[in-house]
Amino acid sequence: MAERNIVEAINSALAEEMEADPRVMVLGLDVGKLGGVFRTTSGLVDRFGAERVVDTPLAEAGIVGASLGLALAGMVPVAEIQFLGFTAQGFHQIGPQLAKYRQRSRGRYHCQVTIRAPFGGGIRSPEFHSDGVEAQFVQSPGIKIVMPSNPYDAKGLLIEAIRDPDPVLFCEPDRLYRGRRSEVPDGAYTVPFGKAQLVREGEQVTLVAWSAAVELCLRAADALVADGISAAVLDLRTLVPLDVETLCAQVAKTGRCVVVHEAPLSAGFGAEISATLMEEVFYDLDAPVARVAAFDVPFPPASLEDYYLPSLDRVVAAVRRTMEA
Amino acid sequence: MSPRTAPSKNRAVQARRSVLLADGTIAHGARPRMEEEFLLEALRWMMKSRLYDQKVIALQRQGLFGVYSPGIGQEACIIGSAMAVDPVRDWMVPQYRELMATVHHGLPLEVITAQYLGKIGPARIPEGVKVLPTQVSIAAQLPQATGLAWGLRLRRQDSVVITYVGDGGSSEGDFHEGLNLAGVTRAPIVFFLSNNQWAISTSRKVQTATRNFALRAAGYGFEGVEVDGNDVMAVYDVTCEAVERARSGGGPSLIAAETYRMSFHNTTDNPSRYQDQKDYDEARSRDPIERVQKYLAGLGLWDAKREAQWTEEIREENERAMKMATEAPAPRPEDVFANVYEEPPPRVIRQRADLVDGQGG
Repeated sequence: MAERNIVEAINSALAEEMEADPRVMVLGLDVGKLGGVFRTTSGLVDRFGAERVVDTPLAEAGIVGASLGLALAGMVPVAEIQFLGFTAQGFHQIGPQLAKYRQRSRGRYHCQVTIRAPFGGGIRSPEFHSDGVEAQFVQSPGIKIVMPSNPYDAKGLLIEAIRDPDPVLFCEPDRLYRGRRSEVPDGAYTVPFGKAQLVREGEQVTLVAWSAAVELCLRAADALVADGISAAVLDLRTLVPLDVETLCAQVAKTGRCVVVHEAPLSAGFGAEISATLMEEVFYDLDAPVARVAAFDVPFPPASLEDYYLPSLDRVVAAVRRTMEA
Repeated sequence: MSPRTAPSKNRAVQARRSVLLADGTIAHGARPRMEEEFLLEALRWMMKSRLYDQKVIALQRQGLFGVYSPGIGQEACIIGSAMAVDPVRDWMVPQYRELMATVHHGLPLEVITAQYLGKIGPARIPEGVKVLPTQVSIAAQLPQATGLAWGLRLRRQDSVVITYVGDGGSSEGDFHEGLNLAGVTRAPIVFFLSNNQWAISTSRKVQTATRNFALRAAGYGFEGVEVDGNDVMAVYDVTCEAVERARSGGGPSLIAAETYRMSFHNTTDNPSRYQDQKDYDEARSRDPIERVQKYLAGLGLWDAKREAQWTEEIREENERAMKMATEAPAPRPEDVFANVYEEPPPRVIRQRADLVDGQGG
């Protein structure tokens, strides 16, 4: 079995699906010869040709809108938006159009479209590049929102996304792209949507996260061992569909919960997690659900990003407070 | 307006095309493709469009129909363009003022009527009908139509896409992104821009500083043609040429049809607040239907008796469709959840169950 990082896992998923299904195509900015600004599509144009690996004009709405039309023609487009922050320039083609198309057509049409978008802070990107706007899409029912945190999931969830008959927004944690390699099988496999994964067992508190924040939570759980605190880490993997069952069962077991995300606090998806736990397992809680998030200000210049994003110290401090409550 | 037949030096923009003049005579030197029988068919469809609009407006005023945007005054655009595409292999991507074009393309009138009545199942576009849903988010259909045309070519299908937009829609970013991508991919597509002079109350003059909308095509590297949009024969001719160009690998075209919205934006609008009566009267003198009737009368193919007979027949057809749509099953509360996901998330399944059980979540 091969060891891959997330970039290689995504590249492998795309290649597997393009090999297996001639309708699958990749389009976006710089996805051809360059292989994408992060090299996730490296080598695909040589292997599958310029008709299926397409450098498009620089136009986010055009890329997404065209993907919708390509899907109606019977293709299976995998569109890359170079950074999630730039989906703002194509948002109307994602939430209002792609997500609603099945309903608007009374079920006559569906859009088998995957939109891939790297995002997140921690790599000293220029402005807009780091914006974590995943929660904005949760208010657009009809599109699934997938947030892998590790190489194995990145490949399996991407293959699941490409095969899903409905549109999927696949958000890639650019900070972890070239992080630790782990075992990623050759060949196609899928990781189902809506199945949260307990990535670390723990008895006293559950850290809930997705995408790059999972890695932060794992470090926090390691650090908390010294305090004698046993923390579990639950990786949601997908925000839509949300695995309410696993989330509630896990938090009920530990009685304490800290949600960690890299998007701003207010109306972030952590609020949805917290509200869900209030509704479902309130009487099993031993402490208020805590949230650690970015602050309610725009993403700052890279020189300040370490202060803005949830840090190891902030997560550890939040867990300690929760344990004392 | 006198026809100009000399080709423009700028290949991307030809002189405004005109065949059938407002007085019902054929423009000097014009050689239309439409023969008399076909023109009669076009007339019948144009009359059907207008009679349907008039009926719907009356029903809406009685609270029996939803908000509706009539195509009155624009029937030559709606029908002349639709008659130039092949319902068997070509795709139509409408905006919302081309209802009878989609019906010509195979969408049953009772189905599109059911959509306006808020029906779900009965409003579903039948399998095999190559029409996309109406689009109310202005110009959003354009990149989608480009993608569809591009994809059909990738799928090696002998299909052309026709899509519609207005003068207002040409100001949207999606207009640029959709047309630019079409130019780059040389997708087999026809962009039909009906310049009806109004975006609700905003004049066409506000939408662009260019002399005519066909000029916009030059910036995308493909053909732009201006046509008298109240002249069904000319609209048919230029659309046929654009379709042939697309089908033979010649790439996209932009057709800018000069017409006039002789009704309101939609049934909530009141044009008397912003429209000059003399502009309306001038448009009225260029009515797309009357000029065809005058022309056919000159050939002895049209008279008051035939008009009365057709009017009655078409009204009956339209009534039948209206009745079918009205009597089609109303949506059930749980249809709120219909057609969103192939497999709804568990949370949505639970919400549906709550609604059905009357617990409301």
